[in-house]
Amino acid sequence: MIPRSQVALLCAIAVAGLLAACASRIDDYFALIISNIGINIILAVSLNLINGYTGQFSLGHAGFMAVGAYSAAAITMFGAPKLAPALTQGVGIHALFPIALVGGGLAAALAGVLVGAPSLRLKGDYLAIVTLGFGEIIRVLFRNVDSLGGALGLNGIPAYTNLFWVYAFAALTVYVVVSLVNSTYGRGFLAVHDDEIAAEAMGINTTRYKITAFVVGAFFAGVAGGLYGHSILTIAPTGFDFMRSIEIVVMVILGGMGNTTGVIIAAVLLTLLPEALRMISGVRVELPFAAPFNNFKWIADTRMIIYSLLVIVLMLARPQGLFTWGKRSGEKPKI
Amino acid sequence: MAECSAASATPFARPREQTERPVYQLSTPQLSTLLTEFAQQLINGLSLGAIYALIALGYTMVYGVLRFINFAHSDVFMVGSFAGFYIGRGMPKESFATGFLALAGAMVICAVLGVTIERLAYRPLRNRSKLTVLITAIGVSLLLENLGQFVFGAAPKAFPTLFPVHTFKLGGLVINSSQLVVLVVALALLGALQYIVLRTKVGTAMRAVSFNPQAASLVGINNDRIISFTFALGSALAAAGGILYSLNYQAIDPLMGVLPGLKAFVAAVLGGIGNIPGAALGGLLLGVVETFVNGSRFSTFTDAIAFAILIAILLFRPAGLLGKMQVEKV
Repeated sequence: MIPRSQVALLCAIAVAGLLAACASRIDDYFALIISNIGINIILAVSLNLINGYTGQFSLGHAGFMAVGAYSAAAITMFGAPKLAPALTQGVGIHALFPIALVGGGLAAALAGVLVGAPSLRLKGDYLAIVTLGFGEIIRVLFRNVDSLGGALGLNGIPAYTNLFWVYAFAALTVYVVVSLVNSTYGRGFLAVHDDEIAAEAMGINTTRYKITAFVVGAFFAGVAGGLYGHSILTIAPTGFDFMRSIEIVVMVILGGMGNTTGVIIAAVLLTLLPEALRMISGVRVELPFAAPFNNFKWIADTRMIIYSLLVIVLMLARPQGLFTWGKRSGEKPKI
Repeated sequence: MAECSAASATPFARPREQTERPVYQLSTPQLSTLLTEFAQQLINGLSLGAIYALIALGYTMVYGVLRFINFAHSDVFMVGSFAGFYIGRGMPKESFATGFLALAGAMVICAVLGVTIERLAYRPLRNRSKLTVLITAIGVSLLLENLGQFVFGAAPKAFPTLFPVHTFKLGGLVINSSQLVVLVVALALLGALQYIVLRTKVGTAMRAVSFNPQAASLVGINNDRIISFTFALGSALAAAGGILYSLNYQAIDPLMGVLPGLKAFVAAVLGGIGNIPGAALGGLLLGVVETFVNGSRFSTFTDAIAFAILIAILLFRPAGLLGKMQVEKV
């Protein structure tokens, strides 16, 4: 008997394959959006392990993504042609790409250890700032490495990303995070989130749990970075700035911290929203009384304002996120 | 041609670069240029550091009374310099009077903004978890940035010269009058703040709230009012910092606050967060270090320096240079 969750994983990967098989019939534009949705799901679900389940507020997810994107691109562009030229042609690509993605993920996980080990002794606001600072340092470093394109970025990355790999890894991310949190071991993450001092008093090694969360989260962020790089074919340090981290954080907050289903819904919605706004911004409605508002362009222009207002209002009125009902509220009872 | 033939005649001659070694010898005139350059960089660094100090004070004071990082502070700084921009543009001619008028106007506008933010976004969350407040602060920061881009436009604007500009030459030193204005204004504001915090009644109340909010309210201090006052004070200082920063850098845009704000936060942590003299010291130190790095071969790494300092200080002395370690009680 295979456990139910693994059946679900296999089913999801089969669906990914099916999706990829139909990809040729989908319009390129929609295929790109669907692929971006998958990448954002990976990013949001992996960040949810750190921010939501473990309660360690990280603002450096884009930094891990950058490490993964650059490492994976370096493997497919420079590493493979020199070390194993056979992998760069024909069927070999199908073996090379997952190797590159996992390589990118491992590089990001290593970065996760390097950042996590010293900074996870910090709490709350300090951790947020340090992870943010780390993301900035990563960007400055990549800007100064000329062999990786410097400030201009890396061009000509081969277009290996397809819907199968995106959704296979998305399914794997969800599977790993959900199984990890629901395992006996994983109860420790929730304990660290709920009350660190009490958890420590119960004999839980909080530092180790935090680092585990960081490393797993960073690994999948790196994989997502690799998928992203091989999908848009050119990566630059500016693409992985603070705002990118914030976008992922907003997905987690909107979905509800520590609620994987909600976070997936939020990732889908927030990826579709700008595209939908772009589409309706061309539509004109004749409103006699509100001349500046008779097309929807103003909504598209104010998208980011709406996002930030949404974050504030959610925190004031519904801190557990839009898609969390009942059980786990995001709030600690105050004694 | 002659060189060419000479080179071909002696194929094994060493290439030119290797024969010409740089000679490291400090003759007296070179030493004096070095010293001048050092002094010049020190002045540049201090004037940058004074600005960091002004912003850092806002972080440190709010942290003192509310124990959270006001992420929106860096955007109050941005609003301050835009207020200075619009006030300064309306002025007929630059003089010290109009300059100080713009400075005061921006400080008042930002004080009101700071109090409003606290009232609408932070006060309803007073008893919620820290994470909720932190996320709200990030939301407010994003809101101000995006509203700024919508209202002011995303393109950089040229900041008007509010104060008359003179350049003084002292030996080899070149001192800009705006650098002097920055230093003088910053020092005056730091002095005023020190007076308010140490010598006035409201300052005493501020310190009481930061020591122990519950005990403070027991002795009859209206905590909410003191917190509002702290926000007003910090935001006014950020506005002053914003104008002084723009005087030196001359271009402003809605995202200008992000990096200086983060660096000022690092300065606050460096000096010991919650500690007012510490924030001033941290700001000056950070400004000087950054300016020296910027003048060296590693100038492209300047932006990373602050964060490297932050990580180092949190690892080795988390309480900061002037702060005291506190044990968390359960």
